[in-house]
Amino acid sequence: MKTIQSLCDLAPGQCGVVTAVTACGSMRRRFLDIGLIENTPVTCVGRSPCGDPSAYLIRGAVIAIRAADGRSIAIAPAGRR
Amino acid sequence: MSGRVIALAGNPNVGKSTVFNGLTGLHQHTGNWPGKTVEVASGEFETASGRWTLVDIPGTYSLLAHSAEEEVARDFLCGGEADGVIVVCDATCLERNLALVLQVVELDPTRPVVVCVNLMDEAKRRGIDIDFAALRDALGLPVVGITARRKADLRRLTDALEAAFAAPRPADCPPRRLSAPESDAVSLMTRAESIARAAVRAPARTISRLDRLLTGRVTAYPVMLALLALTFWLTIEGANYPSAWLSDALFWVEARLSDLFAALHAPDWLHGALIEGVWRTLAWVVSVMLPPMAIFFPLFTLLEDAGYLPRVAYNLDRPFRACRACGKQALCMCMGKFGVRRVI
Repeated sequence: MKTIQSLCDLAPGQCGVVTAVTACGSMRRRFLDIGLIENTPVTCVGRSPCGDPSAYLIRGAVIAIRAADGRSIAIAPAGRR
Repeated sequence: MSGRVIALAGNPNVGKSTVFNGLTGLHQHTGNWPGKTVEVASGEFETASGRWTLVDIPGTYSLLAHSAEEEVARDFLCGGEADGVIVVCDATCLERNLALVLQVVELDPTRPVVVCVNLMDEAKRRGIDIDFAALRDALGLPVVGITARRKADLRRLTDALEAAFAAPRPADCPPRRLSAPESDAVSLMTRAESIARAAVRAPARTISRLDRLLTGRVTAYPVMLALLALTFWLTIEGANYPSAWLSDALFWVEARLSDLFAALHAPDWLHGALIEGVWRTLAWVVSVMLPPMAIFFPLFTLLEDAGYLPRVAYNLDRPFRACRACGKQALCMCMGKFGVRRVI
């Protein structure tokens, strides 16, 4: 299985913890706004029928993030829920 | 504007517009897209102690960000025009909402702020338990849990607002400027997290079976097509009946008007211009266009209020991105294609 390095590597059902946010500009601000900061637990809860974007549970809210954007969020795996 | 000015702040999609409509009775469209209320709407309401002006500022996640809507919100809150602020929060994800509350408090530590935790019915349904006493103590602010549709709940909100103005907060810290965005955002979120952890008990959130059906790999597109087809069919088939009644009625009136013109010995050209021209065109347009619109738009609003439209955007994002658009635009296409262009 592929090692988990960023948000887009999480398969539905897997959990991770944010270790760094490397996005910049408005996308970075948006991530901060929705509470994606270091040590935030994130669970992947689904994938859209075409495989992208995916839905993530972040601080109690389900939010869809595209793989292209999710790549800039570094994740440490935290097992399955 | 008269009376004290209250800003109604909050994250997008927390039912701010419902609170606004409930308090002021002013009707305004409640949309599902973040930041749809770009215009700043205001309305008035009265309580025992007088008149209040409520300003519905655009939904914003934070006061640090810089989209057009968020700038409007920030400028209004920073500009000193608001005598008080009601921050509307979503009970189902309080943590993120509290970060905004903390920011609003820091802007002006002496300005009365009431925290309105909305969507309590939804939170209850999901088994989320909020300890309001703990929340009040941690924030040092009045906190009211409401369901914005209920009149009695809105009363409790206005009571809390009056109480907040009757007894101003002690200034325990100097106002802060919003300068260092990033470290501030992180520290705010960390504080919000610890407050929420102390006051909220929530079961692990699961994805409902219905959501799995609506966004599942196999089922998403058939269900979506079926729902849109049903909307379309109801619009076309359903519109036939009222269309027929309307055209019967309007053409009956045309016949009577023609009789009237004949009785008055009006010249032919006048009858032709007014009755066969103006009236007949009007009758056609109204009887053909009004019924489908009166059916389609309420149906679409129903889908919107049920929260289905963001799921359509989620399902269609990739195919739409292949055309350099984004999933949200699927909805504009539905509206344009089936709603407007069809009837014209």
